[in-house]
Amino acid sequence: MKKSSILLNGLIKENPVLVLVLGTCPTLAVTTMAINALGMGAATIFVLTFSNLVISLLRNVIPNTVRIPCYIVVISTFVTIVGLVMQAYLPAIYSALGVFLPLIVVNCIILGRAEMFASKNTPLDSTLDGIGMGLGFTLTLFIMASIREILGFGTFLGFDITFGVLKPLSILSQAPGGFFVFGVLMALSVFVQRKMGKKEIKTEISCEACGLCKDKTACDGCKNREEAAQ
Amino acid sequence: MKELLIIFFTAIITQNVVLSRFMGICPFLGVSNKTKSAVGMGFAVTAVLVLATLVTYPISNLILIPNGLSFLNTIIFILVIASFVQMLEMFLRKFIPPLYSALGIYLPLITTNCAVLGITLINIEDFSTMAQLPHALVNALGAGIGFLMAMVIFSGVRTRLSSKKIPESFKGLPITLVAAAIVAISFMGFSGVIDGIFGAESSGFPFIVG
Repeated sequence: MKKSSILLNGLIKENPVLVLVLGTCPTLAVTTMAINALGMGAATIFVLTFSNLVISLLRNVIPNTVRIPCYIVVISTFVTIVGLVMQAYLPAIYSALGVFLPLIVVNCIILGRAEMFASKNTPLDSTLDGIGMGLGFTLTLFIMASIREILGFGTFLGFDITFGVLKPLSILSQAPGGFFVFGVLMALSVFVQRKMGKKEIKTEISCEACGLCKDKTACDGCKNREEAAQ
Repeated sequence: MKELLIIFFTAIITQNVVLSRFMGICPFLGVSNKTKSAVGMGFAVTAVLVLATLVTYPISNLILIPNGLSFLNTIIFILVIASFVQMLEMFLRKFIPPLYSALGIYLPLITTNCAVLGITLINIEDFSTMAQLPHALVNALGAGIGFLMAMVIFSGVRTRLSSKKIPESFKGLPITLVAAAIVAISFMGFSGVIDGIFGAESSGFPFIVG
């Protein structure tokens, strides 16, 4: 595969949030303000890139049966590093992200890419994949957070843009707004994919999201995929 | 006692783990197709949440914090939860097969459920001493029951949705998310209930984080 296509894959074609449907929890939780989305995106890019690199370097060393715990240790090490750095230099974003910063450990995107890509590819490709996927995640989060911030608070990156004329729809900045905006964005993404003539459009939570899915009958997403594969 | 009740009901209703804290969205959207699997997943998460708190809270308060190692919280917790879930699965399979067939299949999915890691981490932040272990446990239990409740309610909504005509682009996850938004709005209606039952002073509790 061409290096540039690995990098660009994650941005649009295999956008982790809208196309692969991974990492829904942080997508909903931190997108109240555009600046928080950028902070979360930066943290995820860092963790994703370095964990992909390290896991790819170790891919021939890690025994297959204990690979998931090994991945989790690598990932949580980088999450701890990024948490300490953010606490020191970006305390405002650190407290805004709150518990969702340590929760990057269980972010399905990172474990999913480790399992799907980094464990099978060379370190350079894995690093590029990490950067691309991280950028795709950040881009989606930023778009969603911009919509919610502009409509919910009437501000963009902290600047007032309503000029006192319009009243913000505060429900969009609260929990229901997260679900709603995400649903509409996803419908838009499905619409665009359909118009582009893509056959297989994912509109269920993916199996990679579970990471440890052993029994394929437990979740309907896996079952549907199994049936489709047969 | 009143404090514990406030924590319990806040965790279930106003700070519902799925609908207002946005944790455990993957199983909430992935396993809520049928009420039966929603109930199984809900009980499995509740059990793991309470037992994981019982294990991680003492580890943090007795070992990590006194030794200045609290930055290791995340790594230790996720490893403890992962191995604990594995052990629980093995135990249930060997000793309580009926319970295993009801809950066991959901257990492997729970390790990477952010609700479990999230609530155990939040417990460490909100409660600080070993004497507050009951508070932490009640918070975990409330979060688990809140998750169960949200799952069951939502599986009902999805059953209704499945028989409706839906625009092509909204089929599947998009319409599910829009439905979840409406369920979340209905949960917002509970926001004054805790104050109403326990008196206005309860809203000032430090552990009710926005």
